[in-house]
Amino acid sequence: MIVEFGHFALILALLVAVVQMVLPMAGASLKDERMMRVAEPAAVTQFILLAIAFVALMHAYVTSDFSVANVAENSHSTKPLLYKLAGVWGNHEGSMLLWVLILALFGAAVALFGTNLPPTLRARVLSVQASIAVAFLLFSILTSNPFLRLIPAPSDGRGLNPILQDPALAFHPPFLYTGYVGFSIAFSFAIAALIEGRIDAAWARWVRPWTLAAWMFLTIGISMGSWWAYYELGWGGWWFWDPVENASFMPWLAGTALLHSALVMEKREALKVWTVLLAILTFSLSLMGTFIVRSGVLTSVHSFAVDPARGVFILAILILFTGGGLALFALRASEMQSGGIFQPISREGSLVLNNLLLVTATATVLVGTLYPMALEGLTGEKISVGPPFFNSTFGPLMIPLLLALPIGPMLAWKRGDLAAVMQRLAFAVLAAIVAIVAVYAVGHRGPWLAPFGIGLGVYVMAGALAEWANRIKLGQASGSESLRRARNLPRSAYGTLLAHFGIGMLIVGIIATSAYREEHILVMKPGQTLSVAGYDVTFAGFESGRGPNYREDFADFDVTRAGTSIGRLRPSKRLYDAPPQPTTEAGIHASWRGDLYLVIGDSQPDGGYAVRAYFNPLVRFIWLGTLIMFFGGGISLSDRRLRIGVPAGRARRTIAVPAE
Amino acid sequence: MRRMFSMAVFALAIFANAAVVFAVQPGEMLSDPALEKRARTISSELRCLVCQNESIDDSDAPLAGDLRRLVRERLVAQDSDSQVIDYVVARYGEFVLLRPRFQLSTLLLWLTPVLVFIAGLTLAARAAAKPKTAPSTALSDDEKTKLSEILSGDHS
Repeated sequence: MIVEFGHFALILALLVAVVQMVLPMAGASLKDERMMRVAEPAAVTQFILLAIAFVALMHAYVTSDFSVANVAENSHSTKPLLYKLAGVWGNHEGSMLLWVLILALFGAAVALFGTNLPPTLRARVLSVQASIAVAFLLFSILTSNPFLRLIPAPSDGRGLNPILQDPALAFHPPFLYTGYVGFSIAFSFAIAALIEGRIDAAWARWVRPWTLAAWMFLTIGISMGSWWAYYELGWGGWWFWDPVENASFMPWLAGTALLHSALVMEKREALKVWTVLLAILTFSLSLMGTFIVRSGVLTSVHSFAVDPARGVFILAILILFTGGGLALFALRASEMQSGGIFQPISREGSLVLNNLLLVTATATVLVGTLYPMALEGLTGEKISVGPPFFNSTFGPLMIPLLLALPIGPMLAWKRGDLAAVMQRLAFAVLAAIVAIVAVYAVGHRGPWLAPFGIGLGVYVMAGALAEWANRIKLGQASGSESLRRARNLPRSAYGTLLAHFGIGMLIVGIIATSAYREEHILVMKPGQTLSVAGYDVTFAGFESGRGPNYREDFADFDVTRAGTSIGRLRPSKRLYDAPPQPTTEAGIHASWRGDLYLVIGDSQPDGGYAVRAYFNPLVRFIWLGTLIMFFGGGISLSDRRLRIGVPAGRARRTIAVPAE
Repeated sequence: MRRMFSMAVFALAIFANAAVVFAVQPGEMLSDPALEKRARTISSELRCLVCQNESIDDSDAPLAGDLRRLVRERLVAQDSDSQVIDYVVARYGEFVLLRPRFQLSTLLLWLTPVLVFIAGLTLAARAAAKPKTAPSTALSDDEKTKLSEILSGDHS
């Protein structure tokens, strides 16, 4: 019964979305306020209905109602509760329901918090948002309905793929989808502005918080996926340039560019047309990501052919929104005037460079991801485009971006003084040189370029600190004056600082772990000791145990460093009950130097076991860096200048002026 | 097949049997560390033909193991790195290369970064060179008041 309620709510949500799509748009053209006012209650209602549908499906999972086909195919009665809940979005149908739920959540948020948007703009934004919802709700109901019954019901379900039964992965999709779908707001604003035929700095100010929120969640979502791969897949890799990864990385790159161009637009009224285009492209890449993953077209041509209805449907949605958006852009963009003249060496100029490089990087990833399929379709020639390609094309693009990164925020708007900025960055350059020399002195192995990579990361980190020191006049003014300035620095400035610092950490982590990883592959017998990066690892023995829904064989390793015991690591192999499938669990000892990472393999004829031992230096910097970027975004978002529609709080700053 | 990642959570039907993770086996490795290192480097450039976008160095598929042994055999037989790769390509085709060769059919692939960057730079330069007119759609006084209210968060 609850399932039918959910099913009914889903269909009702579609009807509400249709109303929300049609009436406000018509009302905005006819200047009919009553029709426009339909948008807000409709957006909220649509969200509530989808929340009901979602909870209904979740209920079916928690109670293991195997008369629901979706539950029977993807759940199992013995599964821990967390994975029953996460199982809701651990499959195609459920994840699409989550997709539309988040879409509706953003729509409802605009309806509730966007109260001081101009009425026609708000009506149009919510209408465009509803049109996306209509497309995806139709997709869900017609091709991927999670509420279909299975009569007779099986006695138990088929279970969730065990490697997905992991806390990080349980929360990975909601974060990722929030990021993906969040860009729909930027898209809706862009389309609405094109329909309105005008756009100004306030538009950028309205769009930026939504884009920032989406970017934050996408950042942490991608990071979680990478973290999961690192410890769950068991060979210490954290990024593979896989099509599904690229699918989430492309909107991230474009969204990062959008954040920066919207900044120029807000402060200087420049780059308007470009920002609108970027907003359309960013969400189009989100849609493409959905297409790539949902249709399975890139992972296997066969999976696309097995269920062409879904693939073709999503492709149609992609073409409709991307094509429609771009066509509208082509028609209306020329009517938009751009202001804000600036010199090449200026804050604006640096942000243009940022956009240029990020968009080039996005295009590189996009072409690399789609090229094999396109080539095979056109000529029948089969090629592979893998990590070596991306590392040698994407990598070099990041070098000028990172070199320019600390310089940009220090340049003045309109016309900057590069020499003066470089002077202020002397500290960062010095820090980088020290780091390079130190790495050469310590790290005798590894590629000769690696120390420069680390130096680059250190330069970005130190550059962020230098900017902060500069802005609070650290060392130039009195201590109390600096403190006062530090306190008065807007939160968005701290956000920028943290995000840029995080990028630097990320780079240091990536280079250090890629270039200086230590690896041992060998056969070990109980009692034997292996020495890895200063650790002594002794194989103590083998032990069997049971988890809630799996059998587990542990290998015990006692770890000591310089004679002191560090503890015991227990890498293991699991065999899940349903579906019966083996997984490996790494044994990881984390420290600030890096991770000791042990994996146990098969038993060998001579009584030993295959063992892989890694030392991944500074690998935690990768996720720590992205976490800092996430918090940077959050702090920036909490800046009250960005929050529109929130009633005035205490200690109000003066009216925010466009230029500094 | 273990290269499930990121949103692969949703693509699980495709990758039903994932994640037994042990690619390079201790028995396969060469005793000469320099040669073994070369073997690893070459392996990371070669695709496991039955996997999703996974190198033979990362894959535990039996075919990947065969290829790893093949690479090591060729190295022991004194082949240079490029000879080894040519040998594998001759047997399995260009598909095996994770870094496609620069040739006519991959021209666009390799040149994308350069072309997009130059195109972007040209566009930016042209936009900068164009004389700017003042925004014609200036805000009305009414809108200006409203805007400053909004920006100061002081509307009520």
